[in-house]
Parts: sequence; C-alpha cells; structure tokens
Amino acid sequence: MSIKGKAYIAGIYEHPTRKALDKSVAQLHAESAAGALADAGLGLDDVDAYYCAGDAPGLGPLSMIDYMGLKNVRHMDSTETGGSSYVVHIGHAAQAIAMGKANVCLITLAGRPRAEGMATGTAPRNPGSDLPDVPFEFMYGPTVVNMYAMAACRHMHEYGTTSEQLAWIKVAASHHAQYNEHAMLRDVVSVEDVVGSPMIADPLHRLDCCVISDGGGAFLVVSPEVAKSLDRACAKILGHGESPKNIMNGQVDLTYTGGRYSGPQAFEEAGVKPGDIDYASIYDSFTITVLETIEDLGFCEKGKGGAFVSDGNLISGQGKLPFNTDGGGLCNNHPMNRGGLTKVLEAVRQIRGEAHPAVQVADCQLALAHGTGGSLGTRSGSSTVILGREDA
Amino acid sequence: MSAERVIPAPPENVEHTEFWAACNDGKLMLPRCKDTNQFFWYPRKISPFTLSGNVEWVEASGNGEIYSYSVMRRSDPQYVIAYVRLEEGITMMTNLVQCDPDNLSVGQKVELVLQESEGGQKVPVFKPAG
Repeated sequence: MSIKGKAYIAGIYEHPTRKALDKSVAQLHAESAAGALADAGLGLDDVDAYYCAGDAPGLGPLSMIDYMGLKNVRHMDSTETGGSSYVVHIGHAAQAIAMGKANVCLITLAGRPRAEGMATGTAPRNPGSDLPDVPFEFMYGPTVVNMYAMAACRHMHEYGTTSEQLAWIKVAASHHAQYNEHAMLRDVVSVEDVVGSPMIADPLHRLDCCVISDGGGAFLVVSPEVAKSLDRACAKILGHGESPKNIMNGQVDLTYTGGRYSGPQAFEEAGVKPGDIDYASIYDSFTITVLETIEDLGFCEKGKGGAFVSDGNLISGQGKLPFNTDGGGLCNNHPMNRGGLTKVLEAVRQIRGEAHPAVQVADCQLALAHGTGGSLGTRSGSSTVILGREDA
Repeated sequence: MSAERVIPAPPENVEHTEFWAACNDGKLMLPRCKDTNQFFWYPRKISPFTLSGNVEWVEASGNGEIYSYSVMRRSDPQYVIAYVRLEEGITMMTNLVQCDPDNLSVGQKVELVLQESEGGQKVPVFKPAG
C-alpha cells in the first residue's frame, strides 16, 4: 500500500510578518490557517483533520482546534520532530486520507522568537526536567550553532569540505532572496562575504546561519476528490519518508543526516530518482545542513557535496539543482526556528508555476521538500516529500 | 583562553545518581550491557541493545581522541565543546579545557579531567594528552 497520488497539497500560505510584536502565537497560527483556506477556496467547516507540532500553544491540537473554532475534526496529529514536523505531517495526513479517515487536513506553524528576544542559536536552551540525555550534555554548553558546527568540522575532516564550498550555499540562497519582497536578507552576497563574516562557532560564520524570524505558515492536504473540486492547481503527493537520527548509543557519526533513510523511502514510493527532480526545497538552518542533506538524498555521492554546491550549482537558471528559491531559512524566513513548513510552500509554488518569475524553474514537473528538525549534533528527525503536477 | 567558563551543574535525574557519585570519587564510569558485552553512551539503567536491566559500570581509562569540536566564539568567556571518542569505543559530548582553542585538531589525543561544576559536582571534561 502506498500514498502515491492519494492526496494533494491544496491551499498554502506564508505569513508575511517577520517580527510580530503585537500578535500572539495562536493568532499567527489562525491567520496562517485562514490564508491557506482562502488560497484553496475552502472554508473552516471543510477542515476535518488538524496537525501541529511543538510550536503550538497549550495542548497543541486541543488548544488550537478550540481557538480556531474547528467543529468537524475527526483526525489529529501532534508529531513533534522539531522543524521537520510539518513534512512528517504530510505523510501522516496522506495516510489518513488514503484510509478514509479525513478529506481536508490543515497543518499550521507559527511563533515569535524574535519578538521574545530569544537567543535562538547561541545560548543553551533550558533543558527542562527529568530528561534522560540532556544531563550528559547541557553543562558543556551545546547551542544550535556549535552542534551543527561540529557536524561541519567532522565533514571537513573526513571529506576535505571547505568553508568556501559551504559559503556557495548562502550565495545561492541570497541570489534567490533578492526577488522576495518579504525576505529578511535581500542583498546578494559573495563567497568572500560569507567567509569574511564573524565566526560564531568554528567553522560556521554568521552568514552560514539562518535568520531568526517570527511568523508562520499553513497548508492543506486534501483528498483527490476535494482537489478536483477546487479552482486552484494542487501539488500531487507522490512519495514520502521520515527517519530519526541520533548518537547511536555512542557510535556518533555527524557526517550524515536522517535524509539517508527518508530520501530513499520517498524516492522509492514516488518511483523517481534524484536526477528526475526539477526543484528542491532543502532545510537550511545552516549551510552544512544543506550540504549533508544533498549528499544523503543522493543528489551526489557522500563527501562530494562541497564540489556539488559550488560555482552556482544551486542557483535557479544557472545550476543543475535549483534550491530554496524563496531565499530559504538562510535569507527569507525561519518562523519559530522551524523551517520545514516553508520548504513545502516554495515547492508547491514551483509546481504551480507561481514562484517569482526570476527564480521559477521552467516546466517544473517534480519537486522535493525536505525538513530537518532537532539537532544534527545529537538527535534529529528528517522527512522528505516528493510532489508533482497532476500529470506527473 | 583567559578565564575559563564555569561549568553549570548537570541537571538532576534519579537514574543518574551512581554515575555522578563516581565522578566525585574521581572515576568516569561507563555503562556496559552484560547481555551483549557492549559499552554504550549516554548512561542508562536499561540496555539500549536488549532493554534489559543487565547493565554494569566499568571504569574508563580516561584516554581518548577528539572526534569533532567547535570553539564558541560568540560567548564570553569562550569555550570549546567537543565529542571525544574514548579508548573503549564510545563517543561522548564534553568540553576541552586547559588548551589553546586555536591549536586543536580532530584526532588529537586527550585525557580525562574531572572538573568541579557550579555547586561542586565533578563532571568529565578532557585536556590535551601529555
């Protein structure tokens, strides 16, 4: 049994705010939901399934279903795998639809770390209580940046990857962001700009890091019958995969991500190969996240990512693998420190032919969206989805 | 590095009492699954290989090498976080101390130091060997 072709992504919405001083988290979720429903041409009462992750306030679905006045929900999922949660939710929603448990699944994300002054990447986060693993880590000062930095350090050691190669990933993102009026960083940068920016945690510079932004987004996963009834173009869900990755009882390997497993699952279900993909949204918390993921998804051999991303190969219209044409987390937006949902939105825009004309991939038939959540340095979750046009 | 960072106390958990008591006695104890004879990290009372409670403590030699590291430049004082691969074959997160952060390398030999954290609990960190 497969979900291939059994569900579609219909409405999408990216909240335009990047600093939400006067809006609550629940409000940002609801505004995003309203935007996705309007884009699809569906109403509140059409929603019969709701999914959210750890960014939702209170008891997740229970709180948000109440807040938004959803009356017809009969399927819920609050799978929490950090920033990849929303890509995981796509697979779960498609499964629910294939099983006849839902027809219109609403997925939302929102948060306001900027308004709250959160030192997202550079301060250790409050560990909470009774955790099994963190008491052996917290006192050493793990932060988001230095954990990913250790992945980069080891990748460099094993494969000779350089800071200049990583910088090309930011350069490509900035080329795309210049056309996005909502992007936080719209200036085109050079390799020299990236490696010349201040070192945050060796070997990652400031420009190797994503932005910190408020905001949110939402999308709808719907049944083929609902998709057919809409006036909007939908993206067909062709394949999906999800995988955890951790420190493996002390056999630590920081040179790969869970994409090594979620990617092949998605490609097999879709019946396509990495070389068939016209556009890829790849989670870009840091440049190293993109580089390892590109290798793990099979766009190039393990260890050859540095050469693959260089010389503009990720720039739309120039390179072989146009990526993150909205500017991604590196330049556009990283709402609530969780970039998986916005990855899906730009992939749908590409399939619809509605990306900015300067970055739209010509005749985009197949798109991939990939999320990474948690920390590549300790425990992370990866999820991959492959989307296509109706005739794909 | 000028003043070294004061290491915060490890968060408490009833499952970890013996481990931290041994650190205060000057020993880094590693958990080993008695069903499979394999070391694992991080410490647990339940073996991640068999889910049984057949877990024993074995004192580590204290010798290892740097698997990966990062100098936290955006912190005052700066500090070095690392993964150290122990002679016993497992890799643990730690800090590198008593070192020049600009002169470290992956593969470098390091040795155990049990250093007092805030409040007095000793925690395992590493310094360049020799």
